[in-house]
Amino acid sequence: MKQEITVALAGNPNSGKTSLFNALTGLNHKVSNFPGTTVEKKIGYSKLNAETRAQIIDLPGTYSLYPKSADELVTYDILRNKAETNFPDLVLFIADASNLKRNLLLLTQVADLGVPVILALNMVDLAERKGVFYELDILAKELGIPVVSINARNKEGISKIKNLLLDESKHKKVTYFNINQVDQNLLNEIGEITDKKNPYAALQYAINACVYLNNKAKQINAAFEKYNFNPKQFQELEILQRYKVIDEAVRLSRRQKTNHVIKNITQKADVILTHRIWGLVIFLSLLFLVFQAIFSWSAYPMDLVEMGFAWLSETIEKSLPDGVLNDLLVHGVVAGLSGVIIFLPQIIILFAFIAVLEDVGYMARVGFIMDRIMRPFGMNGKSIVPLISGMACAVPSIMASRSIENKKERLITILVTPLMSCSARLPVYTLLIGMLVPETAKWGPFNVHGVVLMAMYLLGFIAALASAAVFKLFVHTKGSAYFIMELPGYKLPVWNNLLITLYEKGSAFVVGAGKIIVAVSVILWAFASFGPRGNMRAIDQKYATLAMSADATVTSEELAAQKSAERLQASYAGEFGKWIEPAIKPLGFDWKMGIALLTSLAAREVFVGTMSTIYSVGGGAEGDDLNTIKQKMMAEKNEKGEPLYSIATILSLMVFYAFAMQCMSTLSIVKAETKSWKWPIVQFVYMTALAYVSSLIVFNIFS
Amino acid sequence: MKLSELKFNQIATVQAVHGEELSLKLFEMGLLPGEEVELENIAPFGDPIAIRVGEYKMCLRLSDANCIDINVK
Repeated sequence: MKQEITVALAGNPNSGKTSLFNALTGLNHKVSNFPGTTVEKKIGYSKLNAETRAQIIDLPGTYSLYPKSADELVTYDILRNKAETNFPDLVLFIADASNLKRNLLLLTQVADLGVPVILALNMVDLAERKGVFYELDILAKELGIPVVSINARNKEGISKIKNLLLDESKHKKVTYFNINQVDQNLLNEIGEITDKKNPYAALQYAINACVYLNNKAKQINAAFEKYNFNPKQFQELEILQRYKVIDEAVRLSRRQKTNHVIKNITQKADVILTHRIWGLVIFLSLLFLVFQAIFSWSAYPMDLVEMGFAWLSETIEKSLPDGVLNDLLVHGVVAGLSGVIIFLPQIIILFAFIAVLEDVGYMARVGFIMDRIMRPFGMNGKSIVPLISGMACAVPSIMASRSIENKKERLITILVTPLMSCSARLPVYTLLIGMLVPETAKWGPFNVHGVVLMAMYLLGFIAALASAAVFKLFVHTKGSAYFIMELPGYKLPVWNNLLITLYEKGSAFVVGAGKIIVAVSVILWAFASFGPRGNMRAIDQKYATLAMSADATVTSEELAAQKSAERLQASYAGEFGKWIEPAIKPLGFDWKMGIALLTSLAAREVFVGTMSTIYSVGGGAEGDDLNTIKQKMMAEKNEKGEPLYSIATILSLMVFYAFAMQCMSTLSIVKAETKSWKWPIVQFVYMTALAYVSSLIVFNIFS
Repeated sequence: MKLSELKFNQIATVQAVHGEELSLKLFEMGLLPGEEVELENIAPFGDPIAIRVGEYKMCLRLSDANCIDINVK
């Protein structure tokens, strides 16, 4: 036996694949991208015995090997190409025992590609509750492959799977579909064109190549025409014949205890959760609860993070000698980082809610409820998952849009998802809302902050719908639009899976955002600390003379603060802010906000870090926590001596951040997903224009 | 009768599905001739509908349900 075997984990959506993957690999896995794509590749390692370990590739859940959507294409891509390094030695197929027939369709297709398959029967307990039992040895005999029953949620049966993975004598190649009913001459020709030996794999590749892969499509179509072969008819025939084989295997191994169908918990719950009034009320209340939770639950952990950074900043300041490095670390890096890491608790809470709703099966119901509402806007019920997850982060949400089969609906969903207020806007909103209303304000039992925040999220949602309605008029792609979706049974969340997901997302945020923020902070600090030589020297000299002739009315601290403020204005960053000021003045923004707008182009949350850095460099006072930034910002006066951050300016800023496209990661993912530069450019232009015009209107109404 | 006309508490079997793309997708999802279907929920705005197909639950739009011929038992 070799030291490492490669196992692909395949199965339908909602069959418990993630639980099994986590049970087999634990935290011993990494998430990366498939070469040349943005598709997330999850690979984990599982120790089988002292000498052997299995490399386990988690394939996206799919119903068939004739991909209907972009995520299904990935599964197909890995299993079709034997030359690929990730091509598995065998496939571990997980099937939901409470719905076995439909699950087995994909299994028979995978086996026919010529890979050995073993079947793990999951959710046996659910089937038993419906009165259904399977005789595993009969099922194994009928299918011709090893079968084990497992319970992925409780990690039962994992050792049985490991033993099977080790026992090479049980890895069998089987075929279920008789390919010889297709014209042999056609198969030979297709085999030559596609360069594949297995005739089923060749034909299947050819059919998919016409739809998705484009290369050789001309040759293949010519061959199909020559032999009068209709691929759609063939697929129908193939599926029906496969079901015949499956029906037989299921009929022989299945034992039904009771005949009457008990209305299960899922159906009882759905009567309420999809009710025409209660369904909507519950959905909106849940959203409201999420926003309340984001504010009320995160206060304590946020304080902890804040204290941690205050300590860090102080320690660095004291332990390093005065000078450029000390200044850079304290006022550049730490100030920028703390401004953002502080929001990690809120982001984790948001991700946790979304993950739990998805895990228990509620998210599919939201799609069901919302489909009719989304339709006039050129989207469908499946668009609601990207839109709601867009409140956490647009990047994975745009990837989640892959499950939408129709190209036009998918494209529109991708274009408008970044208008949903993501967690990167949370820090910006929190800071600005804090300047509008005091933290302790209540409306009855509700925290006013939470209410205003929910209003901002609603604003994003309305803007997304409105933009979608406009895009619907301009975007034209072919393809039929249907909305066919499984509504999985309700399940309790698997806490272990939740923790693993949160760990992955949380560390991705800290590492991903952290890298940008440190880089931006350092650059910004440099631009804010240095300027054209002559100007800076003049200021230094002016204050040197002032300090000599200082009278008792001006303390040296005040003098230092004035000096830093003037230096900031004279610096490169200041020059840039001044340069852009005429363009943003109509929106109520000054040159300091101009600097923040520029740095926010990398990522929105950088706004807070930038403000911390600017006011830290410019203010000279110690303490970089949010309250002091807030206080410093609120103390700012304009040239007329009125507060610079008036209600009009704050609202204008909030609206600007709600709509503007300020996220490089989103633009790059849109480029990758749409495979063209056109759509990210369209997105950048329309969102920025929308932001500018809306801010202009808001500022003029309130001032 | 069409699937879109099915009422609560009626059990029916699928006869035929019209439309090439649609029938392929539905066949893959286990909705094929001979399979048992039952109406389970109607979305708040009257469309789409949720049905039981064999042993599981799925939803589809009325316009698509209108392409599915059924026989009420």
